[in-house]
Amino acid sequence: MTDALFAQVRTALARVVADAVVAHGILALTAEPADVAAIARALKEHFGFDMFLDVTAVDWPDRDLRFDVVYHFYSTRDHVRVRVKTRVSAADPTVDTLVPLYGSARCMERECHEMYGIVFRGNDDLRPLLLYEGFVGHPLRKDYPKHKEQPLVPYRK
Amino acid sequence: MSDVSSVTPTLPNPIRPAFTTGTVEGSVIVNIGPSHPATHGTIQIVAELSGERVIRTDVHCGYLHRGFEKECESHTWHNLIPYVDRLNYCSALINNFAYCEAVEKLLEIEITPRCRYLRTLLSEYSRIADHLTCIAAALMELGAMTAFLYLVTIRDYVYEHLAALTGARVTYTYGRIGGLSHDLPDGWLQRLDEILDEMDTFVDRVHGLVDRNRIFIDRMRNVGVLQTDAAVNWGFTGPILRSTGVPRDLRKDTPYLAYAELEFEVPVGIKGDNYDRYYVRMRELDESRHMIRQLMDMLEPGPINVDDRRCTLPPKHLVYTEIESLINHFKLIMEGPQVPAGEVYSAQEGANGELGFYIVSVGGGVPWKVHVRSPSFVHMGGVHRMLDGYQLADIVPTFGSVNMIGGECDR
Amino acid sequence: MTASTPSGHQPSAAFEYLTTKKDEFVGWARKFSLFPYPFVTACCAMEFMSVSSTLYDTDRFGAALPRFTPRQSDMLMVVGTVTHKQAPILKKVYEQMCEPKWVVAFGVCASTGGFYQNYAALPGIDKIIPVDLYIPGCPPRPEMVIDGIMKLQERIATQRHPIINKDF
Repeated sequence: MTDALFAQVRTALARVVADAVVAHGILALTAEPADVAAIARALKEHFGFDMFLDVTAVDWPDRDLRFDVVYHFYSTRDHVRVRVKTRVSAADPTVDTLVPLYGSARCMERECHEMYGIVFRGNDDLRPLLLYEGFVGHPLRKDYPKHKEQPLVPYRK
Repeated sequence: MSDVSSVTPTLPNPIRPAFTTGTVEGSVIVNIGPSHPATHGTIQIVAELSGERVIRTDVHCGYLHRGFEKECESHTWHNLIPYVDRLNYCSALINNFAYCEAVEKLLEIEITPRCRYLRTLLSEYSRIADHLTCIAAALMELGAMTAFLYLVTIRDYVYEHLAALTGARVTYTYGRIGGLSHDLPDGWLQRLDEILDEMDTFVDRVHGLVDRNRIFIDRMRNVGVLQTDAAVNWGFTGPILRSTGVPRDLRKDTPYLAYAELEFEVPVGIKGDNYDRYYVRMRELDESRHMIRQLMDMLEPGPINVDDRRCTLPPKHLVYTEIESLINHFKLIMEGPQVPAGEVYSAQEGANGELGFYIVSVGGGVPWKVHVRSPSFVHMGGVHRMLDGYQLADIVPTFGSVNMIGGECDR
Repeated sequence: MTASTPSGHQPSAAFEYLTTKKDEFVGWARKFSLFPYPFVTACCAMEFMSVSSTLYDTDRFGAALPRFTPRQSDMLMVVGTVTHKQAPILKKVYEQMCEPKWVVAFGVCASTGGFYQNYAALPGIDKIIPVDLYIPGCPPRPEMVIDGIMKLQERIATQRHPIINKDF
């Protein structure tokens, strides 16, 4: 049943998806950044992936297209998950936002933005969420040193 | 008269609120938190109030962001298990086992049957501890101090019991990739039986105190109502989603560990309000006890660690006598288990909802990325739906019923 | 010979005896009526809840009743990790408390930053406020917390408690 659903998704999205693999029980699709919003809409409206689980990014500093932006979706009806990956470069790390489709995208895109610097076009609320005002840099990038602190209150003594 | 020039400079404001002016005539913008008794840790809510009614809220988390992901990138696969513990610190064993399961999927190893049953038993035991803490704190904030003391007493018995097994009361670091740290000590299961019986008594007392209490019902019924489609759209999982009426539970929908062999029900609520969330958690306590009793009968003696050199430490007597075991032990400790390259997303049903680990490996002993999909963080994105439109005093029980755990939310 | 007190009064042996007795009495009163401000952040909160409840009671020491406003409390218990984002809040709360006040760093994250040595966590609250008592542990057992409170009580009992000082 899961395999049938995955096969349907693969055939329906074959035009926009560069690569589709089933690994560890999840269908992993790779796509261009411009197609991500359309794929998410198709997954939600046609295939019943009604819960947006997560968006995060992976930093590969030696690659041209430096960041992998990774989305996970879940279907509460069929109990399966789908992963959508896309690659963006450090010079233009922009992807379309999923806020019109899922309310939970708002806070998760904020976190991805402040940690990696991925810009979600259309999300007007990209304020720092886990970090604070005045923090310079994107700490989860590989070139941000782990110990570099930016204290808000000056140390005493 | 103090000298004006020696006044200390004002402290910087670490957040930027979403709104600074009100929408309604005569409304006030109030800051609640982040050092507040009823916000369960460090959450700041900037609320616009018209009298006592909340018009809109802006929830700010992040005051406990401790850099979990960055720390994980510089520790071996085994050394980061203590960090994983401190995510949802109320039910630390579930975090351990969810992480270990994700790495075991990458290694493509299958844990032994005894380990599977033990992990299930301890996951349910941790879930009990988390629900006890959540309900105790929520009731205390309403003023029901007696219920808090009852539940924290029984939770303390659970902590001492787990300390007899793992060595620590709150954050255990008991799970290992490929199994567990060590097996059960003698007499542990007898004590478990006693604790479950005492828990029946204590939980019944709390039911008697609170369930049909006029004040409790007035404060919790029809407060913080959430509909199912809004809940799914805003990413709510776990007891909050179940309180809206749908029986979505990863233990039944996508069974993992030994849940497919157990017989249990998934409690659901009716209206999605605070009272339903409280009652769903109390019923889940009953179901967890039922599952633990079944698992105690299903436990068979056997090894708890899978016999795989890539991740399991060899037995000490071999380490001291054979050179291969010595080198294996040395490599596992110094370099970490060599996990093959790849990525995996593995989710378990945590006490608050879907706890997922997205792990990327490049084939070494140190992960490239460990990302946690934490239920509390996603809930914080949607909690304003449950706070807007109610009274200021309703913020406290609603927040208590959402069970935001700071370590999990901010990571 | 003997220095004068801050108010300029020349002490005598009888005066010293009376002020010592006054200090003992005030110290005894202050040590058994501590009002903690539980500045609770992280996992140590679990042990704080345990130590305040029935099995390891802090009420025996008079230190159980929390005052959730810094204006009314005298013992700031910083329970759990303090991050850089939380640091201004901690400093503000500390400054809002009146003298005499004592600060307890509960847990190893509050004492030294614990094992979170990275961009986000403050490496110990003594970087921004003075600390009187460090209780290590991750999280500390309730017995350790009680031992720490007893040591703090000893220190309070033997401290000088000037009623009149130069700013009066």
